[in-house]
Amino acid sequence: MKYGMEIAVAALIIVFAAVFLVQDAAIQSTLGEGEEAWGGADGEAASLIESTGYEPWAEPIWEPPSGEIESLLFALQAAIGAVVIGYVFGYWQGNRKTA
Amino acid sequence: MHIMEGFLPSPWWEIWFIVSLPFIVIGLYQLNKLVQEKREALPLLAVAGAFVFVLSSLKLPSFNGSCSHPTGTGLGAILFGPCIAAVLGLIVLVFQAVFLAHGGLTTLGANVFSMGIAGPIVAYLVYKAGIRAGANTYATVFVAAALADLVTYVVTSIQLALAFPGTAGFLGAFSAFAAVFAVTQVPLAIIEGAVIMLVFKYIVQLKPEILTSLNLLPESTVQKLREAAA
Repeated sequence: MKYGMEIAVAALIIVFAAVFLVQDAAIQSTLGEGEEAWGGADGEAASLIESTGYEPWAEPIWEPPSGEIESLLFALQAAIGAVVIGYVFGYWQGNRKTA
Repeated sequence: MHIMEGFLPSPWWEIWFIVSLPFIVIGLYQLNKLVQEKREALPLLAVAGAFVFVLSSLKLPSFNGSCSHPTGTGLGAILFGPCIAAVLGLIVLVFQAVFLAHGGLTTLGANVFSMGIAGPIVAYLVYKAGIRAGANTYATVFVAAALADLVTYVVTSIQLALAFPGTAGFLGAFSAFAAVFAVTQVPLAIIEGAVIMLVFKYIVQLKPEILTSLNLLPESTVQKLREAAA
């Protein structure tokens, strides 16, 4: 099986996505007006700490002014990484072909 | 796994800076040596760093209604050891602390320790032990990378429980934080292990000589893996 591993990984991701969809349907039906599921675990831990009365003693020096700008920067981060990975693997592949 | 800015009281944030510092110093020294002596490994180093960039930017939904992200440091740890992985983790964490307000500069020491040091050390040890025991190479990579991801979040939970034992004590606080972090992370760790295993396969296919030159796999194993794929 030349592509056995690719198929296995793809199947795993599909299962992951399917479980998400089923779970999401269950969660959405229990949500009240204006509530939102699927928040970040980092934020949940922070609110767990804040519920004990702790006040953070430092603030981020700069915060993305909106969710859109935050997702822009996250997409940029992923894009920079993806370009590097694609370039290097492509370069190696080209080297092998011409060698 | 990001502990947010200001969320670690003194003395904990200082302690984690002090604990992380030696790894970063050794990592920089090793990086310098790598750049001078094994230039052919530089593209692979770029891939390992880029991998942390990509994976740690993807926030994936997990099974309990919250989102978290993989770390991607397992690949760098397997290929270059935990100290260089610590430097790669540091770069990404600084980027996220400065531009995204994810994590923070005061909590950088703690975050570098969990994502860049603790996880990678586990990945490195598991990989070395697996290869020495003659286990299947790809299975070893999968387990090593998945554990690196999971351990990162367990360590974050430990760090927070140490700083905020509350009324429940360390163990009680740990299970509360682990419920938020570690449980969310289990499915993501499996995905991360699978993706890194796939990348490892492509390295074996495209640049097998680098794996032997970095002493990651014996020549005979590389040969066998390539024959199996052909």
